[in-house]
Amino acid sequence: MQEETLINKEISEDAKTEQVCIEEEYELVYERPYTLVDRHMHYCPGCAHSTVHKLLMEVVQELDIQDKTVGVAPVGCSVFAYDYLDIDMQEAAHGRATAVATGIKRILPHRYVFTYQGDGDLAAIGTAETIHTINRGENITIIFINNAVYGMTSGQMAPTTLSGMKTTTSPYGRDTKTMGHPLKIGNLIAQLPGAFYVTRTAVNSPLNVRKTKKALLNAFKYQQLDKGTSFVEVVGNCPSNWKMTPLQTQDFLTNEMLKVYPLGDIKLPAPEDLVNLDIEEGVV
Amino acid sequence: METEVKLMKGNEALAEAAIQAKCDAYFGYPITPQSEVLEYLAREMPGRYGIPLQAESEVAAINMIYGAAGAGGRVMTSSSSPGISLMQEGISYIAAAELPCLLVNVNRGGPGLGTIQPSQGDYFQSVKGGGHGDYHLIVLAPSSVQEMADFVFLGFELADKYRNPVLILSDGAIGQMMEKVTFPQHEIVKPQKPWATTGKSPYKERNIITSLHIQPEKMEEVNLRLTEKYKKISENEIRYEEIQTEDAEYLLVAYGLSARISHKVVELAREKGIKAGLLRPISLYPYPYDVINKLADKVKHILTVELNAGQMIEDVRLAVNGKVPVSHYGRMGGIIPGPDEILKNLETYIK
Ligand SMILES: Cc1ncc(C[n+]2csc(CCOP(=O)(O)OP(=O)(O)O)c2C)c(N)n1
Ligand code: SF4
Ligand SMILES: [Mg+2]
Repeated sequence: MQEETLINKEISEDAKTEQVCIEEEYELVYERPYTLVDRHMHYCPGCAHSTVHKLLMEVVQELDIQDKTVGVAPVGCSVFAYDYLDIDMQEAAHGRATAVATGIKRILPHRYVFTYQGDGDLAAIGTAETIHTINRGENITIIFINNAVYGMTSGQMAPTTLSGMKTTTSPYGRDTKTMGHPLKIGNLIAQLPGAFYVTRTAVNSPLNVRKTKKALLNAFKYQQLDKGTSFVEVVGNCPSNWKMTPLQTQDFLTNEMLKVYPLGDIKLPAPEDLVNLDIEEGVV
Repeated sequence: METEVKLMKGNEALAEAAIQAKCDAYFGYPITPQSEVLEYLAREMPGRYGIPLQAESEVAAINMIYGAAGAGGRVMTSSSSPGISLMQEGISYIAAAELPCLLVNVNRGGPGLGTIQPSQGDYFQSVKGGGHGDYHLIVLAPSSVQEMADFVFLGFELADKYRNPVLILSDGAIGQMMEKVTFPQHEIVKPQKPWATTGKSPYKERNIITSLHIQPEKMEEVNLRLTEKYKKISENEIRYEEIQTEDAEYLLVAYGLSARISHKVVELAREKGIKAGLLRPISLYPYPYDVINKLADKVKHILTVELNAGQMIEDVRLAVNGKVPVSHYGRMGGIIPGPDEILKNLETYIK
């Protein structure tokens, strides 16, 4: 790029003008949110977890709620989320994140409380907690990363694994007759009166990344209303256990995953519930 | 101020004490013989103090405790044997993350679904671990309705002092019986919990509640710190009661309900001219090993009385270290032996 070459030349010529030139030539359009710890993540290259972490922390920064947010990360690949998210956090037992979040929210009703769970966690071992937390309409945000496998334990079948999909515990492909069907837990819990907002997004394109961020932003803002649980399902990927390159996972996601788990809002708040909430700007 | 004397069930006295001890939240699931605790708190907490919540299971309840304790709350759950079994993973996490909280087991007969009648069959589970890994609960064993109330205050205090879960190990009889009880009039002071996850202020490091230490060296460091803590607890928190042990030749060792009966056994034995005494461990962890060891120097025989197949006897034998014979007498299935029955057994050891 021309501009870049120009700047590089000037830097080498005169270090003093470096700052000036960068400021002149570049407009700062993106930087790491201050709520995200500056360190390498352990996630595999191309994994959705890291993108969602970043979006989540952008939301906490934009809402200016770092001091009012408490997160819960249960066992799963994202159990180390607290290494990256610069907020108070609790690590939870496998499946129990929403029970832990319930405990936190009951003690701290004015904090923003969220869980960050995988499909094994939320839709298998923790199904009872998921359903009952939402049935009580706990005023929390549930972030659900559906990557159709157990990532952390090296790719076993998850409740969300697609029909026919090969995993280490469905080596001949998931046979729905004996292994059950892909569980659309998002649709299931949307039936509950306690579910205030249920949406399904992905982070497989710039547009979808933006949509996911907006969904997260709204899901957090809804906690100001105390009307129920907000639930953001992100259809993710797992290059390592899908045994694909990150790019190949994009194709599989688009062609296979999204057919079973279509993107879009599953349950929206009633307009009258949102009267006092500016869901575009972010502040009541 | 004159303290009011009330007539209450053990379970209700415990629940009332929780409110008076300013318990911020109670999470529980119904199970006989302790459902009165949840019922009492569901009725009494609103408008007085604290939040009661009926969880969808004991698994959920104990994890709500984890979250709420981690958020700095003074919190409690109660259950009976099968429910406590279900909580064990969560209890291990709580012990590992060093979260202060109060747990109550109103012990019923087992194994399995067992019986709703009283039992002391959960001794091993309570004092030897129960869940996975190297950890200990502080275990208090009440033997009266008054102690059901008193140990709630003491339990919260010890939990906060050591950042350790405390278990009140009661049983179906102590939970259900009615007795006179008074409540202390002192002011409740809760300590600051700067480690709690209440939201990270810009001026401090974030607080993280976790039990995950993937690096072996880090994990061992935590294990050693916990071990050190348990040592301190063992040095400072041993509680027991001695009844007529000064000149005793025959020593009974019993806790909770069986200690009440054994007290009567001592009286009956003394009437017959048998010099009997009773050592009642009040804290089951830490256990009064040294006291029993010293008593073993003076007595001819030790009889442990337990409503189980013989569990605490292992700790008594550890304490006695072979100095004198130690035997066990107990009934199971929810059957409570009378003092005569126990005395008869004691007499078989008198030469
Ligand atoms: C009680 C219990 N059972 C099993 C495990 C092992 N385990 C850890 S993570 C995990 C599955 C995680 O999968 P998921 O929730 O989908 O998260 P992902 O890693 O895919 O993001 C399992 C089975 C555990 N830690 N605890
Ligand atoms: S194993 Fe899968 S889910 Fe886990 S970090 Fe790697 S790609 Fe992501
Ligand atoms: Mg998964």
